[in-house]
Parts: sequence; C-alpha cells; structure tokens
Amino acid sequence: MTEQLLFWVFAILSCGGALAVVVTQNVVRMAFWLVVSLGAVAALFFLLHADFLGAAQLLIYVGGTVVLLVFGVMLTASGHTIKVQTTPAETLLGCGVGLLLLCVLVFGIKSVEWAKEIPGVGDSAAAADQAEDAKLASDVASAKTDESRQAAINARDAAVARRQSGRTLRQLGLSFFGLRPDRNLNQEQGKPLAPGYLLPFEIISIHLLVVLVGAAYLARAKCRATSGLEADL
Amino acid sequence: MSGPLAVLTLENYIASVLKSCADSETVATVAFVLAALTHAALLLGLFGGLPVFYIWLERKVAGRIQDRLGPTRVGGKFGWLQTIADGIKLIQKEDLVPKDADSVVFRMSPYLAGVASFAAFMVLPVADSWVGVAAECGAFLILALMSLEVLGIILAGYSSGSKWALFGAMREAAQMVSYEIPMAICALIPLLIAGSLNLQVVGRMQAGGFWNWFIFHDPFSFLAFFCYFTVATASVKRAPFDLAEAESELVAGFHTEYSGFRWSIFFLAEYASMFAVSGIAVLLFLGGWETGAVVPESIFGAFRGWGANVPVPGFEIGTYIANVFAAHVFVVKASLLVTLQIWVRWTLPRLRIDQVMTTCLKYLVPISCFLFLGAVLWPLILASTNSRPVVFGPALKSVVSSGSSSAPSVARADSEVAR
Amino acid sequence: MGSVGLEEYLIVGAVLFVCGIVCMATKRNAIGVLMGVELVLNGANINFVAFSRYTPLGLDGQATALFVVVLAAAEAAVALAIALNYYNNHLTIDVDRGNELQG
Repeated sequence: MTEQLLFWVFAILSCGGALAVVVTQNVVRMAFWLVVSLGAVAALFFLLHADFLGAAQLLIYVGGTVVLLVFGVMLTASGHTIKVQTTPAETLLGCGVGLLLLCVLVFGIKSVEWAKEIPGVGDSAAAADQAEDAKLASDVASAKTDESRQAAINARDAAVARRQSGRTLRQLGLSFFGLRPDRNLNQEQGKPLAPGYLLPFEIISIHLLVVLVGAAYLARAKCRATSGLEADL
Repeated sequence: MSGPLAVLTLENYIASVLKSCADSETVATVAFVLAALTHAALLLGLFGGLPVFYIWLERKVAGRIQDRLGPTRVGGKFGWLQTIADGIKLIQKEDLVPKDADSVVFRMSPYLAGVASFAAFMVLPVADSWVGVAAECGAFLILALMSLEVLGIILAGYSSGSKWALFGAMREAAQMVSYEIPMAICALIPLLIAGSLNLQVVGRMQAGGFWNWFIFHDPFSFLAFFCYFTVATASVKRAPFDLAEAESELVAGFHTEYSGFRWSIFFLAEYASMFAVSGIAVLLFLGGWETGAVVPESIFGAFRGWGANVPVPGFEIGTYIANVFAAHVFVVKASLLVTLQIWVRWTLPRLRIDQVMTTCLKYLVPISCFLFLGAVLWPLILASTNSRPVVFGPALKSVVSSGSSSAPSVARADSEVAR
Repeated sequence: MGSVGLEEYLIVGAVLFVCGIVCMATKRNAIGVLMGVELVLNGANINFVAFSRYTPLGLDGQATALFVVVLAAAEAAVALAIALNYYNNHLTIDVDRGNELQG
C-alpha cells in the first residue's frame, strides 16, 4: 500500500510535469517542469528497485542534461527568442494527434493479457519477499532454544538489511564486465552462457569520446553573423 | 552485522505498537508514514541546526582572522544567538519579486536548491547503520543529489531578470559542470579501495586505528583527499571559488534580487552542502564515525550489543549509546573540515573566472585521472610483489561465490567488512 | 487506488512518450524540441525498467535503460552544439526559420 501511494504520487508528478512542458510556452519554465518530470521518473526507478539507474538518472539527466539545456537557453535567449509562440491551429492539431496516439497506446497496453504472453509475469520479487518473510517469522516463532532463536533473528535481520539495500547494483556492474550472475549461475551444464554487456560498454565509451570531440568542434568559437541592428551600432 | 536498524526499525516498532487497533495493511502504511516523518524531522533538525552554528562560526572566525571580535552581544558572551537574530530579521523582511523576473521560477528555485541540498543528508550515514536511506549505491546517489543544487541556482540567476544574477548563474553553470568531473573521480578512489558504493560499508572498513583510514591506504589516496577537498570547496562555491556570488564584481551574483526568507534558504543550502561535502570527505577518507584512536573505540565497541531488549524488544541500549557517540565524532570531524573551508575563505583571495576554469580543466582533471590510475595500479603492484590479489575487494568474491541472487552476497560482504 | 503492476508503469511511460512527441511536433524553439526528445526517451526507459522488474527477463531492461540514459546525454550535447551553431548563423533558434535549403 505504501508502494502504491508513492507510485501514484510520482506517476502524477511525472505525467503532470510532462504535460506542463508541453503546455508552457516559456522555455525556462519548460526546463523547470522538465526537472520535475525527470526527477519523478527517477523516483519511479527507485520504486522499481533500479537503484543505480535512478541515481544515474538524477546525475546524468537532471544534474547534467537539463543543466546543459538551461545553459543553452541562456546562450541563445535574447528577449524575442525566449517565447516562440505556436499558432492555436498548430497547438490544436498537435493535441488532437497526441490524444489519438495516447488512446492507441493505452488501448494496446490494456488489450494485451500480460500473464498469458509472458510466463511468470507479475511482481515475482514481491511475492518471493512475502514468502521469505513468512518463513523467517515462523522460524523465529518456532525456535526452541535461545541459540536457535538468535540465529533465526540474525537471518531475519540479514533479510531486512538486504531488502533495504537494493538488489541490482552488483549484478548490473558485473554484467558490464561481461558476466551475468542473474542468468549464468546455478544453470545446468552445457547450456550456452548468456552474454554480458562488455562490448556495448566499450562501444559506448568510445561513442562518448567521439561525441565529446564532435560537440567541442561544432560549438567552437567562430565569427558570428551580425544582425542589421548590431551592424548599425 | 548487528546494527539497531536491522534489529528494530522505527517502522517495525510503530507497526508493532499499532497492531492491536487496525488491520495489517493500514498499520503498515501508517507506520511507514510516521517513521518517514520522524526520520525527516530528525534530518531536518540536522539540516537546519548545523548551518545556524556554521554561520555563527564563520562570523567569529572571520572576525578573528581580520583582527576583530565578531559578534559579541546577542545572547551573551560569544554572540551565540546572532544567527537566530539574523534569521528572525530575515523572516520579517518583505519578499520582493522584481518586475522583470519570471515570477514562478523565481519563487520556486530557492526551494529546488534547498531540497537538493537536504536530499543529500538522506543518504549520509552519521554512525554505523544510522542513515536515512541505506542505499546500496549511496556514494553515487549522494553525488547525484549534490549535483542538483546547481540547477536551483542557475534557474534563480536566470529568472531574476538582472544581468548580475545572469552572469552569476552562467559562471555557476560552467564551474559546476566542470568541477563535477574531478570530484567524482577523486571520490572513486576510496570507493575502489572499499569495493563498494555503500557509504556504511566504506565507513565500517575503516574501523580500528587511524592507520586504517583510506587517506593512509596508499600514496594516491593520500593525495586524492587533498584533491577532493579542493574540488569540494569549489563545488559548494566557497571562496576562493565563489565566482557565482563574487560581491566585488557581481553585486551578489545569482542571489542579487533575492531577499528575506528565500535568500536565507539559499544560505541554508550553501552551509548544509558544506557539511555534506565535508561529511563525504570524512566518510571516504577520514574514517567516518571512528575516532581513529584505539582506546575510545574499544570502550564504545564494548557497548555494542550490550543490554539487548531493554526498553522494548529488539532494541539494544548499548549499541544506541555507542552510536550516539559515533554520530558526535562524525559531526565534529565534518565540522573541522567546514572550519578549514571557512579559514581558507578568509585567507585566500578570489580567483578570476578563467583561472577557476583553468584550475579545473588543465590541472585538477588530469591530476585526478592520474591519481585514479595510480590507485587502480597500486593493488596490482602490491599483488605482484606481495601476492595479495585484492583488486575488487571482498565484494566481487562473495558475489561470484554466493549463487544466483546478489542478496546474500551483500550481507556477506557486510559481515566480512564488520569482521 | 488499484494495485500497481506492469500496466500502470506502461501507461505512465505512454503518457510521457506522447507528451514528448507532441512537444517535438509543436515547439518551434530548438531547445524545446530537445526537451521533447528527452521526454520520449524517458517514457521508453520506464517501459524497459518496468519489464525488467515485473517479468523474468532479468537485468536486460535495466542495462538497456542505462545505455539509453548515457546516449541521451551524448545526444543532448551534440544537439545543443548544433543549436548554438544554428543560433550563431541565424540569430534565432526558431526551427521553422532554417529554410535555406527549401526549393
């Protein structure tokens, strides 16, 4: 129930922020609403037990990309460019098309019976947690001696600590090394190993370097076109 | 591991108290909300209380350095109520919004900066298992949250509709985006030694004497501390890197147009971030909540685990006392680093903006990269001479050996660390 | 408040995606268009992570989402450089004014 409450809060924040980005005409306010929306998406990632991804979303998107966008706004906005209005007809057309697209997507999502299409769908992790909780609690209750009771309590504490600390960080890190602990461990002999993400990881690092050089080249200082007004001055 | 949080969380305790009067679903939610509110109130106390002290400290230190007394009258001998008096004055002031300002963004951006600064406190452990959110990727998360503060400052400067504020915001944006890089690289070095992003694990690994602190782990981490501290000073825009609010050039930089309560939020956020970056430095390099001396550690270590189930079942009064002591050690250590920042501010002249950028891009980034490479190679060299392969720390070993779920591995890594 | 499952997250992702598309289509400010792109990518990311959590597909969704985040940052840097270049040449960032190649 707590999770539902938090989900609805952050879902409304992210959708509302996104809508505000669309509706707002002022580009600085758009950036502000984008921050709200992306921050709420990061919170949704935390709710989905993707701790590292949520933190990366905050660091890269909200702290990096949006700062870059605001920086771009500051460099390019000079009075008349800060508000570039769209005509009402364009807005109406855009909203109509958007609503139709949203209807198609929601209809598509609703019409698929996920449980049939993907075996094992559903909150498997939560179900496993509940089963484990029940087992640990019964262990503690049924322990006879002090010693076994202490052991059961320790096991429960370890489970609580693990629950608090996220699940996927180490697995994600290992998968970038090319290892897949979630797939390849405890698997019968002879089955092919699932590949990790070592090659994509390397490619993306080269890609980032290329982007860095390219962006620096594109944005380098050049002589600037002068408007008539500036030429007069 | 036997932290009090694992034995008895506030949430579980409230749930057990409430259990008699409602169904379990409601109890869980109410307990969660109450526990969250209590933790938030505690952190808010830290977030609000420490800056009040630091602002007083800054005035006193500045006074002494400039050969004067600083505040002396409000509240007795040392003027220790000066900040409270200032706060009351600030709240009474009119909340001005300039005509040219973008009023919505102008009003919201102080809160954006304040929330980002406060959020960093959530993942900052002040003692063994005393932490708002025990995130496995805590170190990464805290760097991410600290990087959000700049957004509030940029939006504030931009929406003010004043050229001074705009210049301040531009400088801040350029400075922050560049200084994040060496800061992250320097913070990586102790994390590499620990083999974990969990700040609690990092803290526990430095238990024992001060020779276990990561600053003394190898020559590269020793240098990395000084590099980190320089970059951290810049990243909370303290002098000599306070270009965003350079009062001799830009009136007051990004907060030129702010007054009253919103202005004080900016200051609260600045001093709170000073504590946060110092706290990170203490956790990563200076032994966290450990005193570093053997005698007090063994005394308070003996307290841990003593007096189980005394007031309520699952609670250990001895561990609680030890943690209260540890939290004080942590706050005092971080406050010493904050004092150092204050001392630097009133000693060194401000750099020019181009010098600030040169310092970062031409010197600090290469230096931190070099230190990082050195810290990576150091255990390999040790391994080849000493045959101690400790490249990935205990964490990788336990993940590989512990079967499909990473879950037991985390607990095991913790217990190995605790040992 | 029903129970939260895969579908709810997919719908949030769909809303973000559509907002992004509309934003890209209607904004004439180049940086506004970029913000639309970011929203679209975030909508897709929510789907990836939701599938990663609620289906037995494992880590693939999260790893893909992480790549998307990194690529989006790179994309924003290049697009911003292009926007600045465009501004240098046209003194506006209204994307409708870049019509020099129109026949």
